[in-house]
Amino acid sequence: MTAMVKAESVHKRFGRLEVLRGIDLEVAPGKVLVIIGPSGSGKSTFLRCINHLEKINAGRLWVDGELVGYRESGNKIYELHARDVARKRAEIGMVFQHFNLFPHMTALENVIEAPTHVKKTPRPVAIEAGLALLERVGLSDKRDAYPAQLSGGQQQRVAIARALAMDPKLMLFDEPTSALDPELVGEVLDAMRVLAREGMSMIVVTHEMGFAREVGDHLVFLDEGLIVEQGSPREILSAPRKLRTQEFLSKVL
Amino acid sequence: MSSESADAIKPPDPIRAVPVRHWGRWVSAALVLALVAWLVEAAISAHFIDFAVVRRYQFSSLILKGLQATVVLAVLAQITGIALGVVFAVMRLSKNPVMSAVSSFYIWFFRGTPVLVQLFFWYNGIPQVFHTLTIAIPFTHLTLYTTPMTSFMTAFMAAFLGLALNEGAYMAEIVRAGIISVDEGQVEAASALGMRSALTLRRIVLPQAMRVIIPPTGNEFISLLKTTSLASTITYGELLRRAGDIYSTNLEVVPLLIVASIWYLVLTSIASIGQYYIERRFARGRMRSTAETPLQRVRAVMRQRPRL
Repeated sequence: MTAMVKAESVHKRFGRLEVLRGIDLEVAPGKVLVIIGPSGSGKSTFLRCINHLEKINAGRLWVDGELVGYRESGNKIYELHARDVARKRAEIGMVFQHFNLFPHMTALENVIEAPTHVKKTPRPVAIEAGLALLERVGLSDKRDAYPAQLSGGQQQRVAIARALAMDPKLMLFDEPTSALDPELVGEVLDAMRVLAREGMSMIVVTHEMGFAREVGDHLVFLDEGLIVEQGSPREILSAPRKLRTQEFLSKVL
Repeated sequence: MSSESADAIKPPDPIRAVPVRHWGRWVSAALVLALVAWLVEAAISAHFIDFAVVRRYQFSSLILKGLQATVVLAVLAQITGIALGVVFAVMRLSKNPVMSAVSSFYIWFFRGTPVLVQLFFWYNGIPQVFHTLTIAIPFTHLTLYTTPMTSFMTAFMAAFLGLALNEGAYMAEIVRAGIISVDEGQVEAASALGMRSALTLRRIVLPQAMRVIIPPTGNEFISLLKTTSLASTITYGELLRRAGDIYSTNLEVVPLLIVASIWYLVLTSIASIGQYYIERRFARGRMRSTAETPLQRVRAVMRQRPRL
């Protein structure tokens, strides 16, 4: 079976700063990978490489068996046209730390924007699907609310519905609860839990260790652009083998 | 014990404070009124303004024709200016260095020269340099259309080209500021959903940039309504030119300048009101609730009056 995501020695530099220094990992379809690590460890950058919001400098990165951002033929590698990059991004949902909802659109308009304008789904069909998604995240009564009228937790749930509206085969979560008040974290994690149970392939960058332990199939601890330790979340979180992992966990747990 | 808790539940008496008296406001109002009264009295007793003449010409057909010409010129130049502004702002922000350089040059040139000089160039300069306007297929002898430049470059055409191109340069900077003001996360979110740059610009970035673009655009339009008066120098029959035509025969200079000024004030006032309502429209989603319009506020005050 092809891996949903496969990384082989992925490197990323910002100018002189080496953010990723050789990441190797694999996520099987339907599985949840959790990435933890201190800030500046490169975990968000790695996530953004997966849908080509950042270009990698070396190594190879595949999503569902296809190279991200490039096409390889013979021993040459070609940059993909913006059109093809966009088409591939449309198959990957992304949820951001600061939600990034479109503030000039209502919750429902946010959800149907990409289906109607990228996929050209007829509006009535998109609205029906959008309402079903809003109901799934428990917000059917907020369809006409603007983001500014919603709490952080509600905004993030709309953002999840918006990503799901494109019917993605993979979902990327970039610290989805880090900008939320503590009492609002639960509702967002619940929505993600349901998604994982339904068999969505997910990569989650988070500081929520409880969620990682409960929902994650695999856990990666990243530090200074390298994978320090990886394995089952239960094992790593309760009995980390590396000193660096122990240090980090003693601070966040 | 029980009486004490009953006391605690009873809310305290509302505060009925004596408001602070703003004596300064009354004094300044009196001074201003006195000053205005004195000016009006002086103007009337000196026969500075002949209101009968003002009244006679305010709605005369020549003046109304000029008014129409002013509005047509300002509106067309503004619309074209906005379109040019969006195009040149996007070019300026483009990663393509040729596009960006062309746009920078355009803005530098048209912002850096007086619009009056630009009008003279279009009206007097161009027909001197190019005697005919010809639309042809390059490198062949096929001519699709040809006409003497003087019949193409009418006063209206020169005024329109001059004002629109000048306005486009200012609008480009305004639109650019608006685009830059939109949070980068918005573009990222759109990209992650598979939206391409043109779609993202049209659906996500520009609608949000509007909030920043509209107030200065309103100023631009108000300014443009008045700048059209420069077109009188190249014989375009707008408001000021018509007023001038009239006072050059009857010598009622001041009343006719007042007639024109009143119309400019009317136009700019209408533009300000329009700007207010358009701003509200684009503030949608930004505020938890939109503020009341002045009209709604007046109505609210009227409802409260009898109780005072």
